Amino acid sequence: MIQVIVNGLSVGAFYALVALGYSMVYGIIKLLNFAHGDIYMLGAYVGFVVLGALTSWLSLPTALGLVLVTLVTMALTGGAGVLMERVAYRPIRHAPRLSLLITAVGLSFALEYGVRQIFGPKPSHFPVQIDAGSVNLFGATITTARIIVILVAGVLMVVLSLFVAKTRQGRAMRAIALDAKAARLMGIDVDRTISLVFFIGSALAGAAGVLAGAVYGTIDFLMGFIIGIKAFTAAVIGGIGNLYGAMLGGVALGLLESFGVAWLGGQWRDVFSFLCLILFLTFRPTGILGGRVVERM
Amino acid sequence: MALVRARPRPPDLLRPPVRLPELGPSRWQWRGPRAPLRLIGVLAVAGVFVLPFFNASTYLMQIMTSAYIYVMLAMGLNVVVGYAGLLDLGYIAFFAVGAYTSGIATTRLGLSQVQAIPLVIGICVLAGVIIGGPTLRLRSDYLAIVTLGFGEIIRVTANNLQVTGGPAGIYAIPGWQFFGWRLRDGFTIGGLKFNGQVTFYYFVALIVIVLGVLGISQIARGRLGRAWKAVRDDEDAAEAMGINTYQAKITAYIIGAVWAGLAGQLMATQQSAISPPSFQFLHSALILMAVVLGGMGSTPGVIIGALFISLAPEFLRGVSDWRYLFFGLLLIVVMIFRPAGLWPATSLLPWSRDRRLQAETGPPSTAVKSDHRERT
Repeated sequence: MIQVIVNGLSVGAFYALVALGYSMVYGIIKLLNFAHGDIYMLGAYVGFVVLGALTSWLSLPTALGLVLVTLVTMALTGGAGVLMERVAYRPIRHAPRLSLLITAVGLSFALEYGVRQIFGPKPSHFPVQIDAGSVNLFGATITTARIIVILVAGVLMVVLSLFVAKTRQGRAMRAIALDAKAARLMGIDVDRTISLVFFIGSALAGAAGVLAGAVYGTIDFLMGFIIGIKAFTAAVIGGIGNLYGAMLGGVALGLLESFGVAWLGGQWRDVFSFLCLILFLTFRPTGILGGRVVERM
Repeated sequence: MALVRARPRPPDLLRPPVRLPELGPSRWQWRGPRAPLRLIGVLAVAGVFVLPFFNASTYLMQIMTSAYIYVMLAMGLNVVVGYAGLLDLGYIAFFAVGAYTSGIATTRLGLSQVQAIPLVIGICVLAGVIIGGPTLRLRSDYLAIVTLGFGEIIRVTANNLQVTGGPAGIYAIPGWQFFGWRLRDGFTIGGLKFNGQVTFYYFVALIVIVLGVLGISQIARGRLGRAWKAVRDDEDAAEAMGINTYQAKITAYIIGAVWAGLAGQLMATQQSAISPPSFQFLHSALILMAVVLGGMGSTPGVIIGALFISLAPEFLRGVSDWRYLFFGLLLIVVMIFRPAGLWPATSLLPWSRDRRLQAETGPPSTAVKSDHRERT
């Protein structure tokens, strides 16, 4: 039982990290960024390359090296997100929604197959893997990797919510989410703030990608596809556009899935979570926290 | 001093009333600015039918038959995306539903392919209602991701169930058979013997061109088609005009599902074996690309797009690994610079003398207006 919950929490931490970017972008420009899952994949590959370069030049202890790599990767994927917004989304931001969605699909496709052309279709092995043993807690075996994932995700989420709640930039984001036109009239640089949102969302997804590489050991060019849909599911469960909703939804989906797998078997995992998505959209499309009273990000 | 000054009338309103664009079921017009296009279309269809007399190699027949199945799929997706403006990212799921229904009905239940057709249509309608029913009431971008999930559900389910043969799929699916004559037997015209591959080619060409193209373009010109376009362009305004938008959307969705299901049955009989890897997201994306690149809502555009997407790897053998990256980038570029597609619905030949028709019918009637960059 506790095993199931901890498994759910650590998977949920990944979902939450990716869902945050989805939800922030949706909240601010009402765009479903399909390429977001592929930023996660890109993060894993950037981490792979940076880690390879670092271990050959420097000989750092693994833990410190991993932290460094995560930070570098976050900066790089964040930059990729900004570039993506600037090149593909900004020129058509005011076009009908359909063309934005199609552009997002094209972007996702280009990222996936671009990475495939560079690294090949076979999965790559991550050079470093967190396998520092395991802890026994109430009769459940919990690997250190899972604990690290939960901790890192928790820290990043706390930092993000402080940023959005306390800083000027965070306030600008909330203002644009409420009413972009009014925010522009108040002197907020809307384009810059949107770029910042893409940067933060993509950086979080990149961090999740590096973590995934370090925990699971192998990465491939399609790894972002399923997690993209799952993260969207998490965002919907929590209430899309809502920051805390994305965190809550990620954890909730992780737990639901964990129990679903324990109940139905691993091969039905994806079917189970997509059915959750459809049920939520049918009966409560605004999600758990997505009521009208809740402040939207 | 008047606070609100009357603006001068735009010159458009002063012109004499112009002929309205084609409404209602069209008659075939052999005059006017679009006649050359029709002529080219007829010639192309005729060319398709005489092609096997010149070259009936297995390779050519096989790639052309696959290309026609793509055309069928793209025509169906065009109804959903091009006319009704709903983004379906799991379209291949209906293709899978059709293929598996036909496979199960013929290998497990002992029906013939012809008897399986109503079953395929029925199951596809059901699948369309099940997946479209709850989600079409929501925002259109939710539909995109739900269909994406649905595509995965169908593939994973097919992979895990006993009746669908699991990862191995279904094999030895029987071909078409009419009153004792089997497609596989082939036939002879004027001393030329046509084998099964070629007869399949004829059969598919016939079905795709007659059903897929004429059927959809007739529906699209009629009442239903206009309702779709109205919903696509402005859902609230359409509703205010008395269109039942939900009904219009779900009809589009169901028609798309049935077209894909029939294409799936054709695929199952062509290959005589089906398995889950044929129904990945990749294929949904490729069909979407065919529709978008060709021109959403444009019949000739979609046909050209489908032929391009399906035949490109054959012509670009050496660089075919790069094609998906290229297609993805092409999609972005087309959306930014030519959102109505390469062959928009209202296009005329460049050397056509009467190019005013375009101006009279207003902006290109596709989901994506080309003037969006001027708005803020």
